[in-house]
Amino acid sequence: MKRLRGLFLLTLLVVILPLLFPDNYYVTVVAVSAALHAILAVGLNLLMGYAGLISLGHAAFFGIGAYTSGIVTTRFGLDPWSAMAAGMLLTGTIAFVMARPILRLKGHYLAMATLGLGIIVQIVLVQTEELTGGPDGLGGIPPLSLFGWEVDSDLRWYMLMSAVMLLVVWLALNIIDSRSGRALRALHGSEVAAEMMGIDTTVTKTGVFVVAALSASLAGSLFAHQQAFISPDSFNFFFSIELVTMVVLGGMASTFGAVFGAFVLTFLPELLVIFEDYEVMIFGAILMLMMIFLPQGLFVGLRDLLRRLLQQQRAPAPAPVVPAGEDKHDAA
Amino acid sequence: MADQILQFLLTGITVGATYALVALGFAIIYNASDVVNFAQGEFVMIGAMSAVALSAGDGGLPMPVALLLAVLITVGVGVLLQRFAIAPARGASVVTTIIITIGASIFLRGVALLVWGKDIFALPAFSGDAPIHIGQATLLPQNLWVMGGAGLMVLGVHWFFGHTTIGKAVLACSCNRTAAHLVGINVGLMMLIAYGLSAFLGAMAGVLVAPITFTSYDAGVMLGLKGFAAAILGGMGNPMGAVAGGLLLGLIESLSAGLISSGYKDAIGFVILLLVLFFRPSGLFGRASVERV
Repeated sequence: MKRLRGLFLLTLLVVILPLLFPDNYYVTVVAVSAALHAILAVGLNLLMGYAGLISLGHAAFFGIGAYTSGIVTTRFGLDPWSAMAAGMLLTGTIAFVMARPILRLKGHYLAMATLGLGIIVQIVLVQTEELTGGPDGLGGIPPLSLFGWEVDSDLRWYMLMSAVMLLVVWLALNIIDSRSGRALRALHGSEVAAEMMGIDTTVTKTGVFVVAALSASLAGSLFAHQQAFISPDSFNFFFSIELVTMVVLGGMASTFGAVFGAFVLTFLPELLVIFEDYEVMIFGAILMLMMIFLPQGLFVGLRDLLRRLLQQQRAPAPAPVVPAGEDKHDAA
Repeated sequence: MADQILQFLLTGITVGATYALVALGFAIIYNASDVVNFAQGEFVMIGAMSAVALSAGDGGLPMPVALLLAVLITVGVGVLLQRFAIAPARGASVVTTIIITIGASIFLRGVALLVWGKDIFALPAFSGDAPIHIGQATLLPQNLWVMGGAGLMVLGVHWFFGHTTIGKAVLACSCNRTAAHLVGINVGLMMLIAYGLSAFLGAMAGVLVAPITFTSYDAGVMLGLKGFAAAILGGMGNPMGAVAGGLLLGLIESLSAGLISSGYKDAIGFVILLLVLFFRPSGLFGRASVERV
């Protein structure tokens, strides 16, 4: 069970926090956003960290999920769970159709194409006013209920959102350790070599794109029901960038890194509020400095440092430093 | 109808000329250092905002001096960006450098917000507001400034890379850094020049277009994205392709705003960009990259 040790630690943390601080704003409000961001970041990390495919338009899938839930429940009166399924079906289909032409592109061209996709979706959300409510947003989205258990308080949202987050983390860990996960990592190393080994790279890439889109759609539906009101601004280019930053900040190709990055990037602006006018500037500076001095990411960087220190203590003789398991992916 | 089309074309070329300058800046930095500089739009904003700040009010500097200083300030920012944010992160992955430049753009926006607030500013037109009539279409003198200025700048850049020793040295660095170093080129200095030049182009775009479109602390965001789109459309790494991409994007936007829907003009631009990429994955004028095994 060594593989799932991190998941158990995370579960423990999630359970203990509200017990220690049941009324703390940072636990019942900010942590819920952080868990939501973690769902998105873990999905995006499968795409970026493991398969090495950059996406600057991930907010699009988040938005399609949220708006499908919002529109289907408020305008057609469907129940939230069917709406959520409809959202995932729609997002999955769009991702599946777009995957083949988009994922043929490489590097900056791929970055541009995904960025373009994100902007197109956002403009459509703003322009189709009769359906989405346009720039004014869409309100009155009903809350979720689970077998008669209304998710109507901050603490309940905390429970639901963290449960989904843990589920997504668990799924991601399993995917990475599965046959397809190994195919993904092979793809990241070298596409040609992966093909030589008999991996169908198109199917693998399409698959991971769809999985990432589905998790974003799920997060979107949860977001819509939690907020009860959505507007296109929540799904713009900046949010896509924020998600990429979470993945990179935590450390690419590390699921817990993505969770960590999501938490850091959700809490940071909350803490920077005290700087008032200087907030934006300081946020940008922190982002730059972290990436310059810890290019492999905060989580992975700190973890490797810790491992090296522990190793030195265990073996006082100058033992060769063993590179951490995930370093080999970064070299690609 | 024909007059309307002429009007759209004129507007499109003006907007396209701005995109072209930003895209050219993208291409130069990309060639020199393999970095897609997401702070490119911020150069445009800093150029325009400093020009406004320096020339405004009773104690303001005369316009030409203010413009010159604004451009110099922006070049300084570009050089500092290279020296303190890009150079220390050499060898980092594509995504890491993207995040660094995004961090830089947020930082610069934050500084602008602090210095100038959230207001929208206008720069006075360089030579009056009397419209020029071409058939039924009208043109402001400032449109001519934008087109002429951009044209001049593009020719200048072309000449710089083709006919000056420094320009050729910068090109050499983008071909092969180590080899350039071996033949005695100061690679570090060439990088600073490339970033400075790119910032110069951004600032020029900013001051030329500010009398028409106005400016604010976040004016650079969309321009930066459009410039990136134009550079990709033309084929990343091909400077003249970037210019063509900019003009094309400007024309597409202006025509679709006029003929189809102004709300969807940005979307149509990006849809066409996606279609181009689907059929030509390296842009219109880019060379297909060969993956080394």
